[in-house]
Amino acid sequence: MKYLNVKNRAILREMVVTDFKVRYQGSVLGYVWSLLKPLLLFAVLYILFTYIAPIGKGVPHYGVELLVGIVLWNFFSETTMVGASSVVANGELIRKISIPRYLVVIASSVSALINLSLSFIIIVIFAFANGVTFSASWLLLPLIVIELFVFSVGIAFILATAYVKYRDVTYIWEVVLQAGFYASAVIVPMSVVPKQLHDWFFMNPLVQMIQDARNLLVPSANNITIWNTVDKIPFKLVPFLLIALLCIIGFIYFKRQSKYFAEDI
Amino acid sequence: MSYDSKIAIHVEDIHKEFILPQSKNSSFKEAAVNIVKKNNKVTQKTLDGVSFDIQRGDFFGIVGRNGSGKSTLLKLIAGVYTPTAGEIVVSGGLTPFIELGVGFNPELSGRDNIYLNGALLGFTRKQMSEMYEEIVDFAELGPFMDQKLKNYSSGMQVRLAFSIAIKAKNDILIFDEVLAVGDEAFQRKCLDVFERYKAEGQTVILVTHDMETVRKFCTKALLLESGKILELGHPHEVAQIYSELNLGEIEREMIRKSSGSSDNYLGLKVEYKDKDDESSVKFKNGEIIRMLFNYKKSELYQHLVINIYKQSGEHISGFRVAGESGSAEVHLRALLQKGKYYTLVQAVNNQHEAVGDVFIGPDFIITTDKAVGVKGWSGLVPLDYNIIKS
Repeated sequence: MKYLNVKNRAILREMVVTDFKVRYQGSVLGYVWSLLKPLLLFAVLYILFTYIAPIGKGVPHYGVELLVGIVLWNFFSETTMVGASSVVANGELIRKISIPRYLVVIASSVSALINLSLSFIIIVIFAFANGVTFSASWLLLPLIVIELFVFSVGIAFILATAYVKYRDVTYIWEVVLQAGFYASAVIVPMSVVPKQLHDWFFMNPLVQMIQDARNLLVPSANNITIWNTVDKIPFKLVPFLLIALLCIIGFIYFKRQSKYFAEDI
Repeated sequence: MSYDSKIAIHVEDIHKEFILPQSKNSSFKEAAVNIVKKNNKVTQKTLDGVSFDIQRGDFFGIVGRNGSGKSTLLKLIAGVYTPTAGEIVVSGGLTPFIELGVGFNPELSGRDNIYLNGALLGFTRKQMSEMYEEIVDFAELGPFMDQKLKNYSSGMQVRLAFSIAIKAKNDILIFDEVLAVGDEAFQRKCLDVFERYKAEGQTVILVTHDMETVRKFCTKALLLESGKILELGHPHEVAQIYSELNLGEIEREMIRKSSGSSDNYLGLKVEYKDKDDESSVKFKNGEIIRMLFNYKKSELYQHLVINIYKQSGEHISGFRVAGESGSAEVHLRALLQKGKYYTLVQAVNNQHEAVGDVFIGPDFIITTDKAVGVKGWSGLVPLDYNIIKS
């Protein structure tokens, strides 16, 4: 295995550990902030959409579903945003040492992946507190995490490569993320979205993943997923093809340009 | 492809060009504008056809003036840059850092930085644990290992970095200007380490401006000038030429003037051209050197005698051209050993008596030992020349 041999794993490990040690340097709560941030956002949105503008009314376990959505979304936005600037942020390293360049992108996403795993513990606790009972479908949740990881890293590779040459990338991506947050059914339940738009919504891999994750976590809520709503086979394949396509583009683009990172940064 | 197993690094005809920053697009707007304008990129040749081999156990010095391409060459060897053309084959592990303490994080403790830096140099946590004590001892930083690096003095940081570099070492080590940092005690320590490496037969590539170090440690040295190899070979010769280079053009002119009589009575201009009509001072063995001589017509002398000498003073060959023509072109097939040569020009009259002083023409360099373009020749042979115009 050329890509993740012993040496590269050692580098990856040290990078992730360093990131953990350094990121919340000087803050009292330290690492807890990584988990607290999405939880606080959740608290705000939960209050907003159950009491003030109750679009979540009538959705069973809306709180759990909202939390899942936020956690998955948070992983996506963190991985792509941090990943986008990872190459440039590690410019010092890249200009002086010939470690495989993809490691800096992967390292940034591994930190987020660890956060995601810990967040799932909170989700489970919250689910139990909310009266959701364990079901065997929970065991399939790691599949969604893998899919999300691959999707996010694929995009991170494209953004990170483009960012080396074009510093506009992160500004544009910030806007895309903001719009994406509302287009990815994080807050608004799919049951509120008009039925004729479902085919279009489910082209977004994040909608497919978030809805699948909700359905796996709370099977009794009969969530709308790509499997039970989208009829035409080609439409069913769109999110997966999109992920594959973005990953291939990301891989090729990164591989081709990474040779020149040291001089372009 | 199989290479000689004694060769640690094989560098073949490396070219490196950089696109100059002012012509690079750094935003979408510029990129879009430049698509429309069809922007001509300005490139700079930093390395231009560099080839050499580093043998296992070589203490290889790379010297050259600022901007000669040393750092670029080092980064190419380390794999940080990708060559525009050419090939570099590295056999064996190479410590891929250009600078000491790459990746050091000021917010981490000294201990954590050892592991971080070690990983970047290609060592696992376990391997680093085994050499941890040695590293700390060598750096003499035992009591400070749990302090954050940002609280270290710069000298302490360098000591730590250097200790890691020499303990966590690979088959091939690269040092770029290490001696420029640190105090005298640290420099002495470096020199001790170099001494040991040399004795052990460790392969080391050293970039430095200090010719003393080159003379003392290097087994082979390379002199770069404007991206080309000016000299490759014995460190003493390389150091000598480098020092001469640094004398500067002004002093070279002075040597020339004092060796020609007062004010260059010949008005002599000597130029060497290659087969492409390009002015050059570097030629391959066997290549035709076109020597162009321009001088004042004068009744004082009838001939010019042109002699070719090796740098070491050996007389190689000589020929005579007519003095009244004012110019001469001599085509010389340079079946000469690798090395540096120069021409001496002397005006003589019909009685073959010297008129005035000797004039030293510019140096030229033969870059290869194996003759090109000529079958069956190698080494030192009588020169084959043609006086084209006289």
